[in-house]
Amino acid sequence: MLDLLYSLTSFLPESLQTIIIILVKIAVLLIPLLLGVAYLTYAERKIIGYMQVRIGPNRVGPRGWLQPIADAVKLMFKEIVIPNFANKFLFLLAPVLSIGTALAAWAVVPFNAELVLADVNAGLLYILAMTSVGVYGVIIAGWASNSKYAMLSALRASAQIVSYEIAMGFALVGVLMASRSLNLGDIVIGQSGGIYHWYLLPLFPLFVVYFISGVAETNRAPFDVAEGESEIVAGFHVEYSGMAFSIFFLAEYANMILISMLASLMFLGGWLSPFEGIEIIQNSSLAFIGTASIGWLLAKAAFLLLLFLWFRATFPRYRYDQIMRLGWKVFIPITIVWIFVIGLMYYWQIGPWFTH
Amino acid sequence: MLESYLPILIFIFVGISVGIVMLGMGFVLSPHRPDKEKNSTYECGFEPFENSRINFDVRYYLVAILFIIFDLEITFLFPWAVVLDDIGVFGLLAMALFLIILVVGFIYEWKKGALEWE
Repeated sequence: MLDLLYSLTSFLPESLQTIIIILVKIAVLLIPLLLGVAYLTYAERKIIGYMQVRIGPNRVGPRGWLQPIADAVKLMFKEIVIPNFANKFLFLLAPVLSIGTALAAWAVVPFNAELVLADVNAGLLYILAMTSVGVYGVIIAGWASNSKYAMLSALRASAQIVSYEIAMGFALVGVLMASRSLNLGDIVIGQSGGIYHWYLLPLFPLFVVYFISGVAETNRAPFDVAEGESEIVAGFHVEYSGMAFSIFFLAEYANMILISMLASLMFLGGWLSPFEGIEIIQNSSLAFIGTASIGWLLAKAAFLLLLFLWFRATFPRYRYDQIMRLGWKVFIPITIVWIFVIGLMYYWQIGPWFTH
Repeated sequence: MLESYLPILIFIFVGISVGIVMLGMGFVLSPHRPDKEKNSTYECGFEPFENSRINFDVRYYLVAILFIIFDLEITFLFPWAVVLDDIGVFGLLAMALFLIILVVGFIYEWKKGALEWE
């Protein structure tokens, strides 16, 4: 594939050739990602529908499969209203910032040992930076709309996101102490050798904290006070319509997929198979389920995404003071204690995880 | 070494242009018929009667300040965790001391009520 591309573009100067090949790789990553986002919205409506004993969308196309396409087309033809008193430049900058950072974070996500766009050794740091910049999208959107609902929501959302980012950061430190590398590929390779080698086992509290913080970071239910439709209508995007609104939507879902992907890379062994090293499986005709493949990574991420939707169908919305209490008084103490525990485990070289 | 960061730079540009292209598409394809009511600020059916640059609770500032402190701690922990193998027991103890100081501060702000949202 790549060789063909190289020979096709060989008449170009070398620097241009490199850039074109990078652009093609980005397209190969982005198109499935955006399709995944579209069908995640469909899956959400369908799954929540079944959980509430409804059918969910089933009219557009066979079994409603074309529903996300129809939604996208509808939103594209809706007028983008810019309120009179809004700051026009910032009003339009906010969605661009949201989607830009949500997509750019994918640059360092590995899909298997070779399949990674930018194999840099500061991958995790870059992702943390990108998701932090994403908060600005929310704050700017809320402020620039010049609407009270949007303003209140932006304040709530930014305080909530930064609070949970601390717990998330501490959880990442735990992963780093186990792997001693910021490169996501190396973190996965450090977990190879069967299901007992995954960081899920020694870092289980951190996994729980990381995932729940991820739900809070993406402003998903039950932490969606930023959008709480019963109090502040739609939150920071109350003034947005048409395509500008759908960009926020896309960014939120792309971030959901990113969080699930990262959780499976860092705690669930990424593309490694849970049946690795079991001889009965390796010698049978089912050997393929014992080998590492991208399918395992996608399956793990899909399971975590199901949890996102499941939470939304199951839990009532938290009150704001409860959210802040959970973030500051529960998660941060848990993560700090567990970092000390990891330090001790590292000192005593416990298990297959902390041998150095 | 540094050229492995080139795809990231290009990806950031692509991500931003995806946003711009989608917004542009929205503006080109959709109708544009503004009127006074449509463009006024949404306020649950009321006339918007007050500027929305309102006062807000000082605790949001407090959260932001506390966040900066803790986020800095995390940025100290990141490089420390990466070189854990090289710094040995001394490094482990040094960071333990550092974290204990942080925890003392954390307990102080907890007892002071900085984390209360009543």
